[in-house]
Amino acid sequence: MDSFLLQIFSGLANGSIYAALGLALVMIYQSTHHINFAQGEMATFATFIAWTLIERGVPYWLAFFLTVGIAFVGGLLVQRIFIKPVERAPVLNNVIVFVGLLVIFNAMSGWIFGQTVKAFNSPFPTTSLVLPQYISGHQLGSLGVTLGVLLVVFLFFKYTPIGLAMRAAAQNPDSASLVGIPVSWMLALGWGLASAIGAVAGMMMAPVVFLDPNMMGGILLYGFAAALLGGIDNPWGAVVGGFIVGVLENILGAYVIGTELKLSVALVLIVGTLTLMPNGLFGRKVVTRV
Amino acid sequence: MKFISTRLIWLVVLAGLFVLPFLLPNFRVFQINLMIVYAIAVLGLNLLTGYAGQISLGHGAFYAIGAYAAAILMEHAGFSAYATLPVAAVVCFGAGVLMGFPALRLGGHYLALATFALAMAVPQLLKYKAIAPYTGGVQGIVLSKPNPPFEFRFLGAPLTEDRWLFFVTLAVALPLFLLASNLIKGRIGRAIVAIRDQPIAAGALGVNLAWVKTLTFGVSAAYTGIAGALGAVVIAFVAPDSFTSFLSISLLVGVVVGGLGSIWGALFGAAFIQFVPNVADEISKSAPWAVYGAILITLIYVAPGGVMSLFKKLTSGDAK
Amino acid sequence: MKSSLKSIALAIGLALSVGASSWATGTYDSGASDSEIKVGNMVPYSGPASAYGLIGTAIGAYFKSVNDQGGINGRKINFISLDDMYSPPKAVEQARKLVEQEEVLFLMATLGTPSNSAIHEYMNKKKVPQLFVNTGATKWGNPTGYPWTMGLQPNYQAEGKIYAAHILKNHPNGKIAVLFQNDDYGKDYLKGLEDGLGDKKGMIIARASYETSDPTMDNQMVSLKSSGADIFFNVTTPKFAAQAIKKAAELGWKPVHYLNSVSASVGSVMIPAGAENGIGVISSNYFKDPADPTWAKDKGFLAYKAWFDKYMPGADIKEGFYTSGYIHAAATVQVIRQAGNELTRANIMKQAANLQNVENDMLLPGVKFNTSPTDFYPIENKQLMKWNGKSWELFGEIFGPK
Repeated sequence: MDSFLLQIFSGLANGSIYAALGLALVMIYQSTHHINFAQGEMATFATFIAWTLIERGVPYWLAFFLTVGIAFVGGLLVQRIFIKPVERAPVLNNVIVFVGLLVIFNAMSGWIFGQTVKAFNSPFPTTSLVLPQYISGHQLGSLGVTLGVLLVVFLFFKYTPIGLAMRAAAQNPDSASLVGIPVSWMLALGWGLASAIGAVAGMMMAPVVFLDPNMMGGILLYGFAAALLGGIDNPWGAVVGGFIVGVLENILGAYVIGTELKLSVALVLIVGTLTLMPNGLFGRKVVTRV
Repeated sequence: MKFISTRLIWLVVLAGLFVLPFLLPNFRVFQINLMIVYAIAVLGLNLLTGYAGQISLGHGAFYAIGAYAAAILMEHAGFSAYATLPVAAVVCFGAGVLMGFPALRLGGHYLALATFALAMAVPQLLKYKAIAPYTGGVQGIVLSKPNPPFEFRFLGAPLTEDRWLFFVTLAVALPLFLLASNLIKGRIGRAIVAIRDQPIAAGALGVNLAWVKTLTFGVSAAYTGIAGALGAVVIAFVAPDSFTSFLSISLLVGVVVGGLGSIWGALFGAAFIQFVPNVADEISKSAPWAVYGAILITLIYVAPGGVMSLFKKLTSGDAK
Repeated sequence: MKSSLKSIALAIGLALSVGASSWATGTYDSGASDSEIKVGNMVPYSGPASAYGLIGTAIGAYFKSVNDQGGINGRKINFISLDDMYSPPKAVEQARKLVEQEEVLFLMATLGTPSNSAIHEYMNKKKVPQLFVNTGATKWGNPTGYPWTMGLQPNYQAEGKIYAAHILKNHPNGKIAVLFQNDDYGKDYLKGLEDGLGDKKGMIIARASYETSDPTMDNQMVSLKSSGADIFFNVTTPKFAAQAIKKAAELGWKPVHYLNSVSASVGSVMIPAGAENGIGVISSNYFKDPADPTWAKDKGFLAYKAWFDKYMPGADIKEGFYTSGYIHAAATVQVIRQAGNELTRANIMKQAANLQNVENDMLLPGVKFNTSPTDFYPIENKQLMKWNGKSWELFGEIFGPK
């Protein structure tokens, strides 16, 4: 029983990582209706920046918020420079640009920061305040951070005028611009926010998985699964989805299919969700009018 | 233009192709073989992505299935290299159709996502221990290249295995390209493009979306599968690490460079993915990825129709 | 009469001197000449295993230092290193490029089992030395099957057997759990352990594998701990080894912990995992870890440091990959030196199979290169060591042939 609970809790802990990444993906989707394949690599790059700051002696939380800020600006710039030219272009062109970005960011991480694995320290105490025999201090901390980010995002979209404007711009760009919303800038904002969230995900993840240019490789897939499962346009859904994916991965890996096919679990989840429940568990149904 | 008939041009080209491998050193022929193999794979992907508008980031999976089908048949069932090709085609056609079913309900990003997941899961699936006795597991399978069926010397160079394979791959590629060209120009091709551009209208006009989409997936997969099988023979080795997500991304790069919706552009795309990493290697050691990404993005902005569209612009002369 | 005799004598004299001088300058296969020796290499400089690219950089730097000191027997090394992206098809292409286009004399320190497997047949068919392959897979030391291929580092199965012997001697009633990477290298170690345990193989009660794409080891570690094992064999690459050590500590699991030498790096594993978390971990090594304070004043290390400071400016001296490159390069230089003026591929292979007690600054005291025509494992000696929170303490005798 004990080990079962342990698997569940470590699944939840992993899940909070997938949730954070899924949240970033949902953020971009909500504001642009695009899936950003480069999300993982951008997050890794941001985490490297944080690492560099900490190495230079900047205290952790200052580095944390600085990185979030830099990531925000970076995401904004990426949208302005790379995505804007293909805003109105077919989906394929967008996907290709994302793939190109993925590849460039990955190469830049390696080139600038080197290929060796780096340790990244956790700001949280080692022992958890709650249920110390099942989760570590860091896991509790990152869980808290993820939920905190979620809360901020939710409040932002629901109650602030900018949040509303962003949602409008994504839902119906033509009408939105008629009402005076600078649609293009809303998209840029969406990217900035997603990038910032991604940076948080990366910084929460790095103490556990250690930092190297390929840190996000497999995790990205789980992040996708999380976002899809929860409904690609629902932030709450992404978080819940993340936890479900994390726990499923652990339980299936430990008791059902063994550890050798875990990526296939993600694959099945993704394809299954897309086929059987395309709106995820919590998403809204979209009807296309002819 | 009418002075030189198409027949004559073809004759000259064919003669040139016959002479080419004997003029080049063996190693270059090997590289060109690989390029032709990639061209077939890129063409396959282009049928799906360029013409039918369905984005696949996971075509490496079909390439892998074709390659392993060939390797397993050659290693465990004593098939000759040539006999594996039709089998690979059929198997991959089936796999493509299977993939086509869920793809029916997915569009744009979602399909890209699903196929991306497939590409990432493939190496792990290939290592699965239950099938390891056939696939060789992590170690892979070492193959031997087929010997040329006769001795031959031309222009002072012998007919080596690589040179023989050049003719084999060409003999496979040419009909495949011509077939694709005919397919696209015909009724099915028009249906495919109609579905891409105006799916709802096409459906309303009586095009059987499901059937055409699934068929396209199947054919696309079959092409890439044949390429995979040929590739396995040319390299004489298969292992799970040969088929990472980078392969799928490379194929997509090839499609974009050559030109979406261009049959012959696949050759340029293949040349790009075969030779550019080597050039990038000289520039900087960690460059290949960055160069890929940069060129990819630049092309999408500047020439979304790929190299072939640039050609058309240069040769057609008018503003359009 | 006299003049013709003179001219004949002159002619003979000329012929002799010309013949003698060309005899003195040596016999060469492609890639070698009076002035240079072309040495080929490929490592993953990009792609998922790009961390290993550092090894190639170190090798190049070592050869440069040798060239600056006049080269070997008057010849400079022309080092050509290509990126194989850890992809077998690329490896085949690059190897063929090195052999057929660049016409190198031989390949050395090619990295990674998949890449080397892909070119194994080719190199032996072409009769080009595939020297000092940079992986510990056991299959590289097979002189009868593949006379042109040779590894360098102690092979994984041998290491597994060493741990098995230690377990049988010190914990004969223990229960073993194994965490291993789901590929060649992981399975090789596991086999070594199993073979070493012999009919006590049943001591292994739990096995869990992982992929390099797995985000964390949590899943596996929890399973292994709950198996009730009190001995843990940790077959992971550096990043995952650090995760596993950390997780074991978090779970409060304190088994007798054997760590594969691949991940015994102080800088990449033990410190990031939390230095105290690893106390008591047993591993083995054949070279001096440059991040280990034990060697700070050691003569061999200081010589290494001098080379490093001059030829690897800006690099992190604590990184063990550089040391690996250094050792591979040094072994290669030894072989070339022994070959003298007969720089043919056959002679290179012959000299590689003729290393007698060759030492190196960075090899552990007592560990030397030793090969013979039937022994294609240059390094077979290893010593066990235990982590004490600050450094690795060597203990026990040196395993392997004396």
